[in-house]
Order: sequence, then C-alpha cells, then structure tokens
Amino acid sequence: MAVLREEYDIAVIGAGHAGCEAALACARLGLETVMFTVSVDSIALMPCNPNIGGTSKGHLVREVDALGGEMGKNIDRTFIQSKMLNKSKGPAVHSLRAQADKQAYTREMRRVLENTDHLTIRQAEVTEILALDGKVTGVKTYSGAQYSCKAAVLCTGTYLNARCVYGDVSSYTGPNGLQAATHLTDSLKKLGIEMMRFKTGTPARIDRRSIDFSKMEEQTGDERVVPFSFSTDPESVQIDQVSCWLTYTNEKTHEIIRRNLDRSPLYSGIIEGTGPRYCPSIEDKVVKFADKNRHQVFIEPEGLDTNEMYIGGMSSSLPEDVQYEMYHSVAGLENAKIVRNAYAIEYDCINPRQLQATLEFKAIKGLFSGGQFNGSSGYEEAAAQGLIAGINAAMEVLGKEMIVLDRSEAYIGVLIDDLVTKENREPYRMMTSRAEYRLLLRQDNADLRLRKYGYQVGLISEEQYQELLEKERRIKEEIYRVEHTFVGDSDTVRALLEANGSTALTGGSSLAELIRRPELSYDTLASIDKNRPELPEDVREQVNIEIKYEGYIRRQMKQVEQFKKLERKQIPADINYDEIGSLRIEAKQKLKLYSPMNIGQASRIAGVSPADVSVLLVYLEQYGAEKKKGGTDDSV
Amino acid sequence: MKTDTIAAIATAMSPSGIGIVRLSGAEAFEIADKVYRAGKNSKKRLSDQESHTIHYGFIFDGDEMIDEVLVMLMRGPRSYTGEDTVEIDCHGGVYAVKRVLETVLSNGARPAEPGEYTKRAFLNGRIGLSQAEAVMDVISAKSEYALKSSLSQLKGSVQDKIKSIREKIIYHIAYIESALDDPEHISLDGYPEELDMTAAELEDKVKRLLATVDEGKMIQEGIKTVIIGKPNAGKSSLLNLLVGEEKAIVTNIAGTTRDVLEETVILQGIALRIMDTAGIRNARDAVEKIGVDRAKAHVKDADLILYVVDSSQPLDDNDREIIELIQEKKAIVLLNKSDLEPALNTDMLEKLTGKCVISISAKEETGIGQLEQQMKDMFFHGELAFNDEVYITNARHKQALQEALLSIQMVRQSIADGMPEDFFSIDLMNAYEALGRITGESVGEDLVNEIFSKFCTGK
Repeated sequence: MAVLREEYDIAVIGAGHAGCEAALACARLGLETVMFTVSVDSIALMPCNPNIGGTSKGHLVREVDALGGEMGKNIDRTFIQSKMLNKSKGPAVHSLRAQADKQAYTREMRRVLENTDHLTIRQAEVTEILALDGKVTGVKTYSGAQYSCKAAVLCTGTYLNARCVYGDVSSYTGPNGLQAATHLTDSLKKLGIEMMRFKTGTPARIDRRSIDFSKMEEQTGDERVVPFSFSTDPESVQIDQVSCWLTYTNEKTHEIIRRNLDRSPLYSGIIEGTGPRYCPSIEDKVVKFADKNRHQVFIEPEGLDTNEMYIGGMSSSLPEDVQYEMYHSVAGLENAKIVRNAYAIEYDCINPRQLQATLEFKAIKGLFSGGQFNGSSGYEEAAAQGLIAGINAAMEVLGKEMIVLDRSEAYIGVLIDDLVTKENREPYRMMTSRAEYRLLLRQDNADLRLRKYGYQVGLISEEQYQELLEKERRIKEEIYRVEHTFVGDSDTVRALLEANGSTALTGGSSLAELIRRPELSYDTLASIDKNRPELPEDVREQVNIEIKYEGYIRRQMKQVEQFKKLERKQIPADINYDEIGSLRIEAKQKLKLYSPMNIGQASRIAGVSPADVSVLLVYLEQYGAEKKKGGTDDSV
Repeated sequence: MKTDTIAAIATAMSPSGIGIVRLSGAEAFEIADKVYRAGKNSKKRLSDQESHTIHYGFIFDGDEMIDEVLVMLMRGPRSYTGEDTVEIDCHGGVYAVKRVLETVLSNGARPAEPGEYTKRAFLNGRIGLSQAEAVMDVISAKSEYALKSSLSQLKGSVQDKIKSIREKIIYHIAYIESALDDPEHISLDGYPEELDMTAAELEDKVKRLLATVDEGKMIQEGIKTVIIGKPNAGKSSLLNLLVGEEKAIVTNIAGTTRDVLEETVILQGIALRIMDTAGIRNARDAVEKIGVDRAKAHVKDADLILYVVDSSQPLDDNDREIIELIQEKKAIVLLNKSDLEPALNTDMLEKLTGKCVISISAKEETGIGQLEQQMKDMFFHGELAFNDEVYITNARHKQALQEALLSIQMVRQSIADGMPEDFFSIDLMNAYEALGRITGESVGEDLVNEIFSKFCTGK
C-alpha cells in the first residue's frame, strides 16, 4: 500500500503552549516545520485555569518574550483583566498575571501560526519516532504516513495515554474530552526512553447565571495595565477589564469532602500518578491542612463570549454528586449549575534527567522535548521549554551553537537546570524561591538579560536589538549622572524631603544617595533634579532599581561570580566515572545517571558531596593534561 | 580556580610549644600584615620583604598581643601550594596557636577544607600528574574524617541548639516564600514586626553559642580517653581518683554505671577527656545493654584506652572480648585491686594483650603516679597527639556562627530600613546555610519541602 511521504527540516509533535513556541521559533528561523496536533481546534488550548503569568510564571513569560517567543504578545492581545502581583514587595517579586479570554487566546495563536511562513499545521496522531543509529530520521502517524525530518520536538503535554477520572468514572481521553495519544509511549520506550506517570487536576466550570455574586468580594484589575511583551505599546493594553470574585469554603464544605473521601479516586488508589503539591485538590487541602476552617475560592471568567466561570482553588476528582453538594455549600454557589465537572488527569511523561540542558535527549541526537512531557506543569513553564527546545532543534539543523541559559541568567535557566539535575517526583512548577539570584532575575529587566540571545539565534531583529543597546546606554548614562549630581540643604530640597517624610540634609548629597532612602525614589526627586533628561518609563524604572538596591545587587553578583566558576568547568562527554577510584560509590552512580555537562551541574546533584566535586576537579585537571599530551603524540 | 586565602594549623597540636599556622592564597601577605607587628612602633610590612625570608615579631588581635612569633614568607610559585604562602611559627603553646589561627581567619582568611593545600598544590602544578590519584585519595579520606570528627566533637546539646535555630529560620523563609509565591492566599501584613522579634531571639541564641566556642565548650578538646572493663572492675573508682572528686557512683553492685560519664582532667599538662563506660559483659538488662553498646562505640574513636582488670578475678569471655576490642588501639592495662589476693599477674596480661600493664589499687590510691608517667611518655614520644582537626573544626564552626550572626543582623537591619519582605529571605537563607555547615546538613530541597508541608498554597 502506498503511503504518504513528506520531507521537513523539523517536526513538532503537539500544538499546546510548548509546541506553538517550538514550531514558531523553527519556522521563523527559516526551517521547514510541520506541527502535529490531534485537533487543530485545540491549538494553544488552556484546559485548566484561564490565566497567564502569576508569581515567577510572569517572569517566564517576559523571558520568553525577550528571546523572541509569542506567549507575551498573544496574551497582550487577548487578556480581559491584568494585575501586577506583589506590588508592595521588592521589584524582584513583582509578577504580572492576566486573565485570558481562552477562546480568543486560542484563536489568536492559531492565526499567528497559520500566517507564519515555512510552518505547516497537520491534524494527525504521531505514533512513532523514527531513528537510525541514535539519530532522529522522521515520524510516522496513525495513518502510516511518514514525515522525514532532521530534528523532532516532542511537546505532547498531558495527552500521552491520558486518562480523566472523577469518582468511579474514568475515560481514556486527553483534557476536555479530546482524543488521547495512545501509541507514542510504546515507540518511545522502544527507543530506550524511561517514562513516568504524573497526574494533575482541574476544578469545575459553572454557569455565571447561577452564581450569586452579592455574597462574594469583587476583585478588579490594575488601573494602569503593564503589558507582558516588551514590544507591545503600553497604551494598547489600557482596556475595560472584567472582574473576578472571591469566596470561601467552610466547615460544611470540608465535612462533605471528609465524608466522601473513600469515593475519591485519589484516596481509594484508583489514581496512581503523582500529583503536584503546589496545586492540591480541595480533598488534599482539607486532609493536609485540617486545622484551616476555610480555603479561598476564586471565581474567574473563562472569556467574554461565554458564561462559564472557573472555580479556582477547588480542583477535585470526587464523584459528580459529591461535586454538586460540595460546590453548593460555598457562599454564592448555593444554586450553581455545573457546566463541566472537575476531574483529575493522568498522563505519561519522561524522566527529564534523560535530557541535556539544551533539551535534546542525551541518547538520541536530534530529538528534543518540552513542556508537561518533561514533567513540568503550567502553560508558562511549557512555553519556556518549547521555545528553548525549538531554538536548539533549529540550531542543530543549522549547525549553529545551541543556547543554554544558566541559573544566574534566567528563570528559564533555573527551570531547565532543576528538571535535568534534580529528582522530580511531581509535576514541576516554577516558584520564586527556586531562583537563588532572583534579585538579578527580575521581570522588569528580562529584555536586558536575554534579548542578546534572541538576537544571536535570529529571533530578535536588528532593529529591536539596536533599541535594546540604546536602552542600555541611556540607563548607564543616567545612573552616572544621578550619582554625580549633588544637592544641598536648600529650601526646595528641604520641602521635598519633608513632604516625603524624609529627614533633612545636613550637608551635600548625591541624588543617588537620596534615592537609596526607603521613602524616596528616582521619580519623587524630579522637582529638585534640574538637568534631568526626558526618559521613557522603562529606563527610569531601571535607574531607580539599580540605584536603590545597589548593595543587595552587588552581593548577589558576587555569589554569581562564585557560581560561574564551577559552571565554566566542562566535563567531557566521554568521562569514565568508574576510573576515578576516590569517588564514593553513590556519587559515581548519580554522576553516571545524570551525566552533567559541567562541575556546577554535578555539584547540584543530590548525592554528590563537596569532596566528590574536589576529586572530580583534580581528575579533570589530570584528564586535560593527558588529552593535551595525547594530542601532541598524534601529530608527531 | 578559587584564589581566596586559606588558613590552617599545619602541625599536630602538642603542648611542646611550637605550632605553625599556614596561610596560602592571593591575600596571604596582606592578611599577615594585618596581624603582624615587628616591634612596638615598627612600620615594617611583610609585603615589602623578600621571598624566602624569616622575620621575628608579634601577632596582634587588634591591640592585644597574642604571641611572639617567627614568620616565614614564600611567594608563589616557589611554595608548596604554588601560591603566596605565609607560615607563622608560634611559641606560646596550644592556646596561642589557636588564637593566631582565629585572628587570621577574622582578618579575611577562611579555614582550609580537608585536603585543600594538597589540592591547590596539584592544581597549581606543584605536584605531578602521577600523584593525582594520591591527591584525590587524600581529599576523600580527609573529608570523610573531618565530617566524622566534626560531628563526633560537636556536643549533643550544641547540635540540638543549632538544629532548633535552623528549624525556626527555615520556617520563616518558607512563610515569606509562600506569601511571595501565593500573595492572594497568604498575607504578610504585620509580619516584619513578628519576624524582628524572632530574629532578635535568634541573634541572641547565636551570640550565646559564639561565646561557647570561645570558652571551648562547644567541642570537646583533649585526648579522648576511654575507661573500659568488666562490671565492678573499678572503673568508676579510677575515674574518681583521676578527677579528684566523686563523680561516678561507686558501689560494689556490678552494672551501676549505665551511662557514659565524661570528665576533663589535666595530667602533667596534658588535657584528657576521660570517659567512664558501663562495664562490658553480656548484658541481660535492656537499659544496661544500651550502655554497653555505647561503651563499645566510644572505644572505636578513642585516642587512648584504659583497660581496668580486677586482678582478684580470673579472666573470662568478657575479658577476651575487650582484649579483642582494644587490639588496634593505644591502650594501657590497669591491674586493679592489687590490695586483694591476686588471680592474675602483670606478665601474663602483657603477653595476652601486648600492651603496657600497670598494677594499681584505686582503693589504696597506689600506682597512679606510674600511670601518669606512662601517659606522659606516650604523649611526648608522639604516640598520642592532640588532633589538629579539632581546632580547625572549631575555627570553622566559629566562622559559620559569625556568618550566621551577621546575616541575622542584616535581616534586622532590612526590617528596620523598611525593606520589602523578599529581601529578608536572602539573608535568612545565608544564616540557614552557614549553620548547616556546622551540623553537616546541606540545603537541598529543604525549602520547597517546608513550603509544601507547612503552608497551604496553590490554586
């Protein structure tokens, strides 16, 4: 029987948030790219919460944007409410979060994909990855069609052997009843890839007309919205926003849940997958935090053209009748009509230690992966990995250097390093506490940190890059000026200080010194700064932060220097750990399992002690010297 | 490579007088200049002197003179490590060597890691490749030993205190972090005041621990001496005799000493940490069994064993077990109860144990002089030595505590300055890490686990 055969440079399997970024990156770099999805209608689907961003996740979106990704632009075009979280805290933890119009988000992303040159969208289930001599050669779909490619990016999300469960009802489908992908796991196992099973869950959706909002607190968006993308015109996002609503569970809700725990598939053992601790179901919250007599419930619109409301904080896999009883016990939801039941979903993913930090499989050249398939969770985590996997797949095909961001450069670096060097027993979620150098990794400076990499790989245009250099120059000049502009104890200065509750000057002071006072900022000093140039908001913000937190930033930079030293010490791929007698057995095993790229990465693996790292350093020194000697011998 | 300056005591600690503190690294000369004075009004700087010269002078901690010393200067690469190296010969005995080390540490050096001098020597090309394997062995053996000795030297109570401080710190970091990660669920209103109260408490606790280090109470110094023997052989009587007061309960009921008693005794200027153990016999009683097991564990890491034998009783299986136990150790056999009718004699025991045997009577207080003389001989012949790792460990502990203290003070400063809450956790984490170096616990996934176990966070 004749089968369809086509040739591409790159095949992307999956069209969720990881797949979209991967496919766009490859196609925008001029490579012929095919993107497979089980349903074209589910491109960039948001099957769980209707928001993009949030603490640390907002950082990821900003970083994706700085590198030339799409997520930030797409949410800027489709958000219906936006908030900067943690505004009362330091700049490092300010985080953008926007409510999305889910359908608009999907539609808009699809429009972008469909209008990108070199990109083909194909509705088909990929059933097999074809590889020869440890290198990817193509993919095969359910119909038997073969697509040859030089690199493939796996972004299967929660679809592999997916099963949705609530109560004793279970169906073998992906999220929202979409078709699961049931063959690919076997093909991957045959290639020697180690698979795991994870679970996650989502709450019910309720008809807006059945909710009594008078019993809830209204949550509105920010008055002045900050866009996600560095390329979005800030004026274009000042729209009419919709509200979210806050209510609470109560003792009655908890009693209903406790009474029905034996009917929860989580507690009766029907679900075996490992669930995320940071995104617990309401059953988990009630059991684990038994002393709390109420939990917050956020009611969020799913879009402008729908009455469906997302019940944030009450994901569950309890049976349908219990779900009704439980939701009805919450203030304002007494007469709630459920549109979609809450459910838990189980799916296959990989143990990500099989990946290099480039997101390429260690054992299979040309095979990359990103997103929930790698054991992470969340749209933003997925987009970030999808982008890196896509870029690096493209770099491989183009024969150019791949990019690896380290922990001091980006949350993306932290995310990927954690995935490939740490043991993950649950879907991995980004958190600000996971970033050691977060004072440097702010959402406000993602462009200053990462645009250069986007430019280097070709996703950021020359014009955008020149704009960045200009911004850098203006920040530097203004900081210098403010540090070298002095004011004395004049009447205007005294009045300004008094008005801001700041103590009067006794002698001269630079403007920078005044900015460092907690109660003052760059902007508040405008009236006493005669020669201040006209500067855009983003430049003023950087000047303020860089000066105000200079001491802390300097301390963190010092830590980064130490960190970089170990990060730069590369470990050759052909190292034989068995040869190093002084390594402890546990360290040998772990090093063999993870095969770290450099000493820094090795030192973060659980079970590798500082002494082991020292031994490794000494061994590498010896190894390097012998290599050099060997090289000379060859040439003679 | 790391170019910071390290310091350690380069000689075994002995009361004979001379001990060397060695500094190595880019700032070795600079640090030495901070603590060295050639004379009262001398402006002589070691940095200006020729390499491979020796200089007479004094080490000062601020205005306090610590010791009269000779300082040897070696500029890299002509030194053992290949780096700038300064060796300070101290003359004032164990205490002075310790103080000199502490002074250079507080002036910018950091305590050397186990095997670090050798590692630097290798990395700077001072040791050939053929020796690399040996270098790696030294590093792994030394760090294994350092970890073991660091933990065994740390008094249980100190360890408990540090653990409880760390628990408090991680709880607060987790609280702040949960609130930052989930601002809509967890509020930080009024939190800085609460944290400041806790931080003040912790500051006080760390300060008290630091005082403990200075008084030498934090770790146990001296030659670890274990008294062992069958029940009622007279171990407790011997301890009381050596200590000079009634510490152990002395009865003639076998098995009275169920726990391990410890005393520090200075004999002829040598510090001994003497431990009296429960008698070793096949214990039937559960409580006593624990005591016996503990005694055996103490024998394992003892520097010296005093094996007390009741000379009026013939040897039995229990004695043979003890003799087996002490084979590889430095030990003195004491034939006690020489005032009673003997069932054993010195020659016989000497043959059996291969150790020096002294006949004593704890009751009549005879033979003690001979015992003291024997110990002194062993010490000065180098058979017994102070473990210099003890001092390094102590210096490391002190530095870690000082770091923790500084970090906690910075937290309080940030609170006072009205800094946002996320700045607190930076320094709290540093304090947590520093204290973890004392108890040998690394940070790893502690924080993430604490967040999830203590705070209900997430959608």
